[in-house]
Amino acid sequence: MKDLLKKLVETYGPAGNEGPIREVIRKEVEGLVDEVVVDALGNLIAIRRGQGPKVMIAAHMDEIGIIVTHIDEKGFVRFSNIGGISPHMLIGQRVIFANGTVGVFGMEKLDDIKDLRLSKMFIDIGAKDEASAREKVSVGDVAGLCRQACFQGDRVIAKSLDDRAGCAVLIQVLRELANKEIPNQVYAVFTVQEELGLRGARTAAYRVNPDIGFAVDVTGTGDTPEAPTMAVELGKGAAIKVKDAVVLTHPRVRQFMIETAEKKGIPYQLEVLERGGTDTGPIHLTREGVPSGAISIPTRYIHTPSEMADMNDIENVVKLFVAILEEQLDALIV
Amino acid sequence: MATLGLAEFLSSIISESGVSGHEGKVAALVEKHMSGLFDEARTDALGNLIVLKRGTGRTPHPRVMLAAHMDEIGLMVTKIEDQGCLRVTQVGGIDRRILPGLEVIVHGRRDLPGVIGAKPPHVQEPGEREKSMKWEDLYVDVGLTADEARELIRIGDIATFAQTPIKLQGKFMAGKTMDDRAGVAVLFECLRVLRDMRHQADVYCVATVQEEVGLRGAITSTYGIVPDVGIAIDVGFGDQSSVPEYQSISMDNGPGIAFSPAVHQGIFERLTSIASELEIPYQVDPSPYPGGTDAYAIQMARGGIPTGLVSIPLRYMHTAVETVCLADIERAGRLLAEFIVRLDKKFVEGLKCF
Amino acid sequence: MLLKTLTEAFGVPGQEQEIANVIRELVSPYCDSVETDALGNLIAIKNGNEKGPKVMLTAHMDEVGLMVMFIEKSGTLRFKPIGGIDPRVLVSKSVYIGKNRVPGVIGAKPIHLQKWEEADKPFDIDGLFIDIGAKDKEEAEKLVKLGDGIIFATKYEDIGNNRAKAKAFDDRIGCAVLIRLLTMEKRWDFTIQGVFTAQEEIGGRGAQVASYRLEPDMAIGFEGTTASDVPGSKEHLYSTSLGKGPALTHADASIVADPRIVKRLMEVAEAKGIPYQWRELTTGGTDAGRIHLVREGIPAAVVSVPTRYIHSPVSIIDKTDYENAVNLMAAFLDSIEERGLPF
Repeated sequence: MKDLLKKLVETYGPAGNEGPIREVIRKEVEGLVDEVVVDALGNLIAIRRGQGPKVMIAAHMDEIGIIVTHIDEKGFVRFSNIGGISPHMLIGQRVIFANGTVGVFGMEKLDDIKDLRLSKMFIDIGAKDEASAREKVSVGDVAGLCRQACFQGDRVIAKSLDDRAGCAVLIQVLRELANKEIPNQVYAVFTVQEELGLRGARTAAYRVNPDIGFAVDVTGTGDTPEAPTMAVELGKGAAIKVKDAVVLTHPRVRQFMIETAEKKGIPYQLEVLERGGTDTGPIHLTREGVPSGAISIPTRYIHTPSEMADMNDIENVVKLFVAILEEQLDALIV
Repeated sequence: MATLGLAEFLSSIISESGVSGHEGKVAALVEKHMSGLFDEARTDALGNLIVLKRGTGRTPHPRVMLAAHMDEIGLMVTKIEDQGCLRVTQVGGIDRRILPGLEVIVHGRRDLPGVIGAKPPHVQEPGEREKSMKWEDLYVDVGLTADEARELIRIGDIATFAQTPIKLQGKFMAGKTMDDRAGVAVLFECLRVLRDMRHQADVYCVATVQEEVGLRGAITSTYGIVPDVGIAIDVGFGDQSSVPEYQSISMDNGPGIAFSPAVHQGIFERLTSIASELEIPYQVDPSPYPGGTDAYAIQMARGGIPTGLVSIPLRYMHTAVETVCLADIERAGRLLAEFIVRLDKKFVEGLKCF
Repeated sequence: MLLKTLTEAFGVPGQEQEIANVIRELVSPYCDSVETDALGNLIAIKNGNEKGPKVMLTAHMDEVGLMVMFIEKSGTLRFKPIGGIDPRVLVSKSVYIGKNRVPGVIGAKPIHLQKWEEADKPFDIDGLFIDIGAKDKEEAEKLVKLGDGIIFATKYEDIGNNRAKAKAFDDRIGCAVLIRLLTMEKRWDFTIQGVFTAQEEIGGRGAQVASYRLEPDMAIGFEGTTASDVPGSKEHLYSTSLGKGPALTHADASIVADPRIVKRLMEVAEAKGIPYQWRELTTGGTDAGRIHLVREGIPAAVVSVPTRYIHSPVSIIDKTDYENAVNLMAAFLDSIEERGLPF
């Protein structure tokens, strides 16, 4: 699991440019499922056929990053954000482009650091002039954050745990189900462009047309000094989502997740996320509506190069999904 | 058989809880009170209550959908503090300034009365009252210790305003969640009028869910019903002191009939002309924005649905004392029934081109 | 004069009948079917080979404007913007109200009567009103109705060297590109769905339902996009510049353009020697943002004509950019006939 997670978080794949991460995931899931398809937006859909309801489980494979908007005559690169990026978080960071070019961030002279905006920053790729810069990058090129994963005790510190940790969960769930008979069909969807507005899940869910939907994503915690009020803590188990900005989990689905966790003795906590959303939002509004839930991985410092999660939580999320998929789910459907 | 009068119906349904995403109980109550007025009822995947009253004559019948949302704004528990107090967040848009000193009901393993604590002037810092309280400053006190509270309440449990219906002078009535149970009452009134009338159209009355958090129920229910005509019934800003005349419609002066990009002009014209013909008072309610009501979602379902919007004037929106005039609900119900009676294939075909 | 006719027509979001009728007249002789839908989109179809792909080309007909909200006892009109308008551009402009084009002016308190500091703050939109010269509410009500749309009374004119000024180049210039393509003598062997969309300025609402109905294999939206190559703007924030050719989009706030379509557009531009530029800023959204998420997803891209001062009473384009946009798109459609879709 650690090796898988390390490989996933370190692979390039900012939103809209998920090619490399998609290929890594494809290799992992081929052999575990009956069919793998890629749709018009680039979502990877791994299908495990069989009997019973169609269950869609989504984890997004895209990550936050930056996009080149302008290259000036001295070879400095201006950029904009791909997904939620704070300019303050970028100071001192490195990014890496698809071709391996590394850049560092600089900023214009400011009277007050509060005035920092992305439009006042630039990326320095060490180019001597515009021509040599253009050999390495072009307007429209996209870069991701550049950091290695590290494991310390039970904890993992890495970029893009949001939501490669969810991708690892999905892959691990498929592995554990590989030789089992289950009463459900599984559509494991590795979605694109979640960070740009939950886009991939929307078209994928329309295509899959599931009977039940789930998402697995990271969620914030309230367990750090002077944190916002939130009852979720690292290491306290899988977080069963009650609410976020885009979904109110159907009470029946929530109760089912809780009962399944209790039955199997899987540690869990309940999550109310005040800001931010996940792929469950578009999934549950697909066509005539889909009963949907989400299980989250408690994570600190989301959308920084050093997100932190607990490996036990990740494993408990895997266990809970396996347990759910082994259950008869017909009662959840209208 | 529906035996309730309008006031009893409204009074009953505003007394039930139904915060967005948790509309099961109010849906059951609405269905019960409407029994005898429809042919079929079902609840869909998100919990929308869809009540069908069939038309007569040659099939296929034109399909008309009337939608009013039954969900209400409320609170959700985010954390149980060590003193037993509950931290909460909003479900739907709540002005947090209405909360200090408000009584609520926390829907835990059983319903628990609670109060939202207010700091007495005696212990306030100088100047404190100049600022409104932040969400972080607010909590619900249910009079339990932390251990007792954790036994009965979980993270994600909801709380509603503990406000019983208030009969004001004349036909005015106040209470929580008139937004948009007043609209659900219009559906009831419309079905009561239709009981004694013949109509070709199949009428789908939908009490939608999760309007307050993003029109979610209307998105899926319209997709499923595929109506030829959709009409949303919601509340509009009634005239009140502190709101300028040009931003409101007046109370007890008939429903607002919206003119906006979310509204098909053919439906607007039909509604206003029927109202004029039958001398049902109404008010033209213009808006440059398409959003804010289920009409937005209905209109954009599938390949586009011709849509109208009728508003009940309401004062003090999103407080626990929302105020309406029953006469406006009666007028809106009658107007919609008369609209439905006049619906035929030719009219709905004409709406398909703009 | 196509650009004059299009830019001077009336068409605020939700009230696009006049501009739709203008366009219908122009394209009907060249199309197999032309109809409107329930939201007011105008859909013009040129059928091709049944087995061939369906390519949707869109431009939005609607323009930002104002709406009549209330008629005061004095006969002056209260209004609100419909679509994104900076209230600072409104004062001292003339307008037309409703389909009968009742003329009006947006007045302001004379500078002589203002306090010195007042000029530092923009006029509050709630303090603005339209005067149509009516003597009271009763007279005004005979001329205007609540909900009537209001457009700027700007005339189209050629200006400078091969440039033009008008209201509503966003997106009547896109409509012009689409009309030119639909009315070409050449017939491509695949189906072209020309959609003049409604309600783009309030969220791409027409485009979403039209693409759901039409289920195209791919889509390209034509836009009049921001050109900020003006004093006070830094070069890296120009986004686009007038005269450097049509602009292609990598990503804006609503879409990451399908890279395969973008690559094909670059290839045909380079093969034909047609200049193009990148739309550098990633803010703002277009119809393509709605279209690409419809049903199972529709590969989509955006081609824009750089336009200065969009969403104001008067905007400026360079007509060579417009011509090159038409040339680029004709070459792109040729490429589909020759090589198929780019994916």
